[in-house]
Amino acid sequence: MRLKLVPQETSFDFFSRWKLWFGISMVLIVLAAVSFGVRGLNFGIDFRGGTSIRTESTTDLDIGAYRDALNALNLGDISISEVFDPAFGEDRHVAMIRIQAQDDQEAVSAEMIEAVETALTEVVPDIRFVSVESVGPKVSGELIQTAIYAVLAAIGAVLVYVWLRFEWQFAVGAVVALVHDVILTIGVFSELQIKFDLAIIAALLTIVGYSLNDTVVVFDRVRENLRKYKSRPLAEVLNLSINETLSRTFMTSFTTLLALFALIALGGDVIRGFVFAMIWGIFVGTYSSVFIASTILLWLGVKRDWSKTDKNEGNQYANIDA
Amino acid sequence: MLHIDLWKRALIWLVCAAGIVLSMPNAFYTRVEGHNDAIAAIEAGNDSPELQAQAAQWPSWLPTDLVNLGLDLRGGAHLLAEVQVSDVYATRMEALWPDVRDALRPERDAVGGVRRVQSAPGELRVRIGNPDGMARAVEVVRGLARPIQTLSGVGANDIEVGTEGDIIIVTLSEAEQQATDDRTVRQALEIIRRRIDAVGTREPTIQRQGADRILIQVPGIGSATELKDIIGTTAQLTFNPVVSRGTDPDARAGTGNKLVPSLDEEGTYYTIESNPVVTGEELTDAQPAFDQNGRPAVNFRFNTSGARKFGDYTRDNIGQPFAIVLDDEVISAPVIQSHIPGGSGIITGRFTVEESTNLAVLLRAGALPAGMTFLEERTIGPELGQDSIDAGKIATAVAFGAVLIFMALSYGLFGIFANIALILNIALLFGLLSLLGGTLTLPGIAGIVLTVGMAVDANVLIFERIREELKTARGPARAIELGYEKALSAILDANITTFITAIILFVMGSGPVRGFAITLGLGIVTSVFTAIFVTRLLVVMWFERRRPKTIEV
Repeated sequence: MRLKLVPQETSFDFFSRWKLWFGISMVLIVLAAVSFGVRGLNFGIDFRGGTSIRTESTTDLDIGAYRDALNALNLGDISISEVFDPAFGEDRHVAMIRIQAQDDQEAVSAEMIEAVETALTEVVPDIRFVSVESVGPKVSGELIQTAIYAVLAAIGAVLVYVWLRFEWQFAVGAVVALVHDVILTIGVFSELQIKFDLAIIAALLTIVGYSLNDTVVVFDRVRENLRKYKSRPLAEVLNLSINETLSRTFMTSFTTLLALFALIALGGDVIRGFVFAMIWGIFVGTYSSVFIASTILLWLGVKRDWSKTDKNEGNQYANIDA
Repeated sequence: MLHIDLWKRALIWLVCAAGIVLSMPNAFYTRVEGHNDAIAAIEAGNDSPELQAQAAQWPSWLPTDLVNLGLDLRGGAHLLAEVQVSDVYATRMEALWPDVRDALRPERDAVGGVRRVQSAPGELRVRIGNPDGMARAVEVVRGLARPIQTLSGVGANDIEVGTEGDIIIVTLSEAEQQATDDRTVRQALEIIRRRIDAVGTREPTIQRQGADRILIQVPGIGSATELKDIIGTTAQLTFNPVVSRGTDPDARAGTGNKLVPSLDEEGTYYTIESNPVVTGEELTDAQPAFDQNGRPAVNFRFNTSGARKFGDYTRDNIGQPFAIVLDDEVISAPVIQSHIPGGSGIITGRFTVEESTNLAVLLRAGALPAGMTFLEERTIGPELGQDSIDAGKIATAVAFGAVLIFMALSYGLFGIFANIALILNIALLFGLLSLLGGTLTLPGIAGIVLTVGMAVDANVLIFERIREELKTARGPARAIELGYEKALSAILDANITTFITAIILFVMGSGPVRGFAITLGLGIVTSVFTAIFVTRLLVVMWFERRRPKTIEV
């Protein structure tokens, strides 16, 4: 007997309640936009410049004492937070200190870091600075620009690829699903105020890749079924295709989540935000391939007669089920 | 029906075997690293029994390429420096002023007295006493211009001369500015490399980024501040009289002298006078050139006081060698051929064009040519890196185990085939990473874990398809064949799209993000290979042996 996440044969009707699913997605997108507008992203130093210091000590962490020590230095906005991880044990207290970029400086000031380290050592004698990272405002501006370009480039490349391999309707469906995923992910980051840095951009692009992976598998089946059932209504063909690939969708999402949950639990606190973004992305990515991408395809309609102009004619995918 | 050619089978197993062999050193990381370090030390000429023993820890016939660990895993310092290229313009203009003054002096009758006036750095403003002689003055100053030898600036001169009332304005031409910028950054890069190599750390990364930036990553160093100190130390360039030349490293130098090794002649030592004739601080320029016989040489030029000292010394010591010493190593020790009065000279020797270029760089490299501002600096402590490695190892192992168990439970025997492929997949991934010298970063470990999760996707697609095909009951062999055939287009489309995003990440990202893109991209390649070749081969081999009437996937 095999372990099965979903029954072998399913015949769910994914489109009977499309208004509901679309409504939920719209509400979530609006919420994400509002959260982004009101709270904004908690940018890491990669994107807004400044200095981030990770400290470790064996004594209990007194954030007030840290703050008092640093306030004397007049460094502007400082945030101090304690970091927890199951691997730390009793006498390991880790804090992250973030200091804003100093107004009058293009570059990174070594004196400032030294002053901070001296001030903290006075308060907590056994403090250790396990990592100190500073990014000047000039570079952070460029990094944020590159990040935006990277996400746009990925979405653009995907649009073109799916358009070439399928039809423009498929490409639009896939891209709407991607944008949906990206917006919701950014929304979660702004709502929960999780640090948004370069690694999160990598996670965003991975979500783009993953969500697309899912969408493309469904679309591939849709294309196959469109050839097979030339006269069935589009909604039925879509439903059939999603049902046929449902088992695979769940299997892959499940194995990927299995791996990611191991990573978020055991991989340490440094990449926790990154892994969280990916886990979230797997959920919305799977959801959006089924409910958003396919619904868009249903709306836009699609060319029904694939037999005459086979897009793959003459290449290695030609006539694959002959 | 289910047929795979023998040569294909051999090739598949060969690739897998290569992957395992290439990835193996990573399983014994510290041991292989010790071996590599010891070999490097022995090659550098420091042989000792301990090093031999360390080298013997790993057989030398096995591959020794390791996956590089990124700074976030190994600990170390990262700096992004911007070279203030315009500093050099100011220095050049400073050096030009005496020349302009001397050139205009004989023209006193036409031009009148000349006086330098206040100007922005990078600009030379000279007021002349007699504005009517402006045309002549400009002509004379233009006469000081030298043609530039660059690909883009053919026919261009290095300075531009303009006027404003009774003031002559001299600036560097745009082509010369570009050429200077490029030289300045290359020179800074060269100096930084020398400084860091001198400290002898492992695998530093020193790269030029864009027009005027330099990225420096040094694993294992205590802090970015320490790294800045190392970079900031000035190189000492001196010109010293040579007392004698020999091969004995322990020779007695005598009072007021010192013994220094030759930079490129192994085993040659020079005894030189400790007190230099001129120092590199007085050198204004050095350029690769050719001597009158067309052999590569280096032109150099001193400032006024340097020129006077050098002129006097060469006048009194014709026929004697003098040494050009950089950081207590003799770069070259030419013999003085004649009195060199003008403060400029040429160093000839048995140079190749490349050597003369490097020597020019080194000569200019006395001190950093321009100031540097640090745009980004990161220090990662080794403990944090070690924590990340430990956590990454555990997480990967758990993720791996969970996926293996789940696949076996879901697909039975076929799941086991997929699991074998998954293990080979990881071996191939590490093999490729080692072979390509890829860098593993913390997000890169996440990329591997993600690969573990997603690598089974291709197999899942195939197995699900086989299940479907089994329902139409055309016999197991046909079902397997169709399963692979029909799943192929979905597998390729799905993986190509992910691969596209990995490429975009690699191109646009830097550091840790790039590390993630590498493992993600390579993971896709290896997982597609293992899914459509390795599991297929396993399934076919099993099928040939058993010939089952029915199969359960």
